[in-house]
Amino acid sequence: MKEIDFANHKALPLDSVPELPAAGFLDTAASLSRAGCRPVQYFGWKHAGRVRLIAVMSDAENGRLKMFRTALPEGGSYPSLTPEHPAFHLFERELHEEFGIVPEGHPSLKPVRYSFDRYNPSETAENYPFYRAASLDSHEVGVGPVHAGIIEPGHFRFTCEGETVHNLEIRLGYQHRGVERLFEAKGDPVKKAVLAESVSGDQTIAHATAYAANVESLTDTRVPRKAMSLRAIALELERMAMHAADLSALAGDVAYLTGNAAYGATRTLIINTLLLVCGNRFGKGLLRPGGTVFDLDKDRIAAVKKILDKVMGDIEIYSEALFTSASVLARFENTGRVAKEDAERYGMVGPAARASGTAVDVRSDHPSDIYKIFPVHKVTMDSGDVFARAYIRYAEIRQSYHFILEQLKSYSTWVESSMKPLGAPHPDCIVTSLVEGFRGETAHTAITGKDGGIVRYKIKDPSFHNWTGLSLALRGTGISDFPVCNKSFNLSYCGFDL
Amino acid sequence: MLEALKARIRHGYQAIPDIRKAKVLDTSRGFPVVAGEIAPSAVKLCTGVCPAGAISPCGKSVSIDMGRCTFCGDCERAAPGAVRFTPAHRLAADSLSKLVVRPGMTARDYELAAVETREAIRRAFGRSLKLRQVSAGGCGACEMELNASGNVNFDMGRFGIEFTASPRHADGIVVTGPVSAGMSNALWDTYRSVPSPKIVIAAGACAISGGVFRDSPALDRSFFGEVKIDLYIPGCPPHPLTIINGILDLIGRK
Repeated sequence: MKEIDFANHKALPLDSVPELPAAGFLDTAASLSRAGCRPVQYFGWKHAGRVRLIAVMSDAENGRLKMFRTALPEGGSYPSLTPEHPAFHLFERELHEEFGIVPEGHPSLKPVRYSFDRYNPSETAENYPFYRAASLDSHEVGVGPVHAGIIEPGHFRFTCEGETVHNLEIRLGYQHRGVERLFEAKGDPVKKAVLAESVSGDQTIAHATAYAANVESLTDTRVPRKAMSLRAIALELERMAMHAADLSALAGDVAYLTGNAAYGATRTLIINTLLLVCGNRFGKGLLRPGGTVFDLDKDRIAAVKKILDKVMGDIEIYSEALFTSASVLARFENTGRVAKEDAERYGMVGPAARASGTAVDVRSDHPSDIYKIFPVHKVTMDSGDVFARAYIRYAEIRQSYHFILEQLKSYSTWVESSMKPLGAPHPDCIVTSLVEGFRGETAHTAITGKDGGIVRYKIKDPSFHNWTGLSLALRGTGISDFPVCNKSFNLSYCGFDL
Repeated sequence: MLEALKARIRHGYQAIPDIRKAKVLDTSRGFPVVAGEIAPSAVKLCTGVCPAGAISPCGKSVSIDMGRCTFCGDCERAAPGAVRFTPAHRLAADSLSKLVVRPGMTARDYELAAVETREAIRRAFGRSLKLRQVSAGGCGACEMELNASGNVNFDMGRFGIEFTASPRHADGIVVTGPVSAGMSNALWDTYRSVPSPKIVIAAGACAISGGVFRDSPALDRSFFGEVKIDLYIPGCPPHPLTIINGILDLIGRK
């Protein structure tokens, strides 16, 4: 047995995950990649004097996940997977940064985020090895960490010839808060839900759901049916709100101010729906391991439906105007193209991948219970440009709207309490939860120790895969198209920096 | 063209007419009212359940430090009757000590004392205030609410308060996030690039106290130890009305 086959949200005894010799581990990763599987997690865990390398890959076709592992000494090495399977590139850089593991032959073994407990503290942000163009005709443009708008910090280094961008190098790490270590600290798992809500604020529900699902699986807690429903409603509200915010920002970046204002006001309506449901515009405080803290009564169900009907009516009219405006289309179409092959090779996820024709969506590939009962069909587009990444947001808003209406119809038939008490967590287990946030595949993996406490917590925000996509989109594009390309991805800095 | 007109008409006029009198939905968790006397078991429950370490015993009840509070409501549910979150949204204060809500305090008591307008700030910035935002480990939520403060609904620009792209054009900075070590230098650089006189505003629990990240070794909060902060805006994240009304109080606008 080379790998163990398991399902999303399902805790396994750590012993059941085959520990392979390094060569067998690499063979498994490579052959699964060749068979169309995609790395979901690949991380290290220092345990008993060695670094355990744990890989989770997604077999989307069969709706299964594969896990396998090996062990290396700290500072050890192995032949890199990246040259043949670039989807591993950033995972391998992360292993190098955190444990000194050298993937030999990795084409770009650079720091990732300068985590405070990195293996080599002499690697500092000041000596980041930026690419340099040898040509005298090229010049560099540096932007950030502090940007012109009210957004998170990161550094962009453009290598240009005239106005054309040859390469965009993205240097992150400014936002690193040591989040994973805080999950591993002793303490009540319910309290840590607040931490999960702040991994990346715009994906509050996605990260909180992934964390809660891990804790529930480790404690054998079956979430009440109505809590499943309300969590999914909140996740889709988050998607609608952020997609509307992104359409607003995209319109703003091409100076289409009606769209900028109108979608922005629509987002206000959607997040005020979350405020109505749970007292916070981002859904903070809505869910905890065990279920949801809030419930919907008949009046509230009617109120939510009424607001969403208005929202969808607005979105239809604003989108009709946006996507038929010649000046908007002139800026959106053919700008910042990412080819399907590249999206697949680099393991892109979420709407950015789907806009390039790559059909990845956790909701249908690895559905949790509620998405099994109410399936979501994947929306894809072919052109891979800003237009596709904008239009797919509109299409997904419609989809989420209909999904929520279905949930609201049946919600009041579920009468049990929305919250269940947690049991004791199983010791020596590992669990991975994938949630399709508005930005894409959000993955949390937890490992418990002898007393059932969390000894390793690994978070992967979809931005981890997709920042590379933004870089690819910029190649050969005019530098003045950077803002609109950037907004069309809308990636998280703190979700990446952790 | 017709589509654009239809969109414009549908959008209409959405600005909240009077920001000073505007209310937030009743479900919203704003100012927490703490009962004057609660059972010792309730004191234990409240202090024990708080994920932010914001609740401390105080007399025969507890106090809540809004500089740490994430307004999650877990204490309200753990010990019914001890703490009650109200929709009162005027939460900003001009000092850390004022952010502590003591037993029996009403939202009205709090608001009256929370922000004292300093004449120098009113004279310099009362009619125009340009701010530069620095996210220093912020999760994006505070940033989005600061953005929302300028959107068509809240329209902070009507008061002459706007965010600038360059610190050179700003009268002050708004800091969000717990200040990750990686952002410490950039925060100082931005602060120093703003010409004097200048103000500093800390928005959100993370900026004010480190929030849920306060115990992380990946932070460098030296900035907050050395620079005078003129306004603290609590919340996780603060509501746009909390942000705008706090700033208006600071600059002495009626």
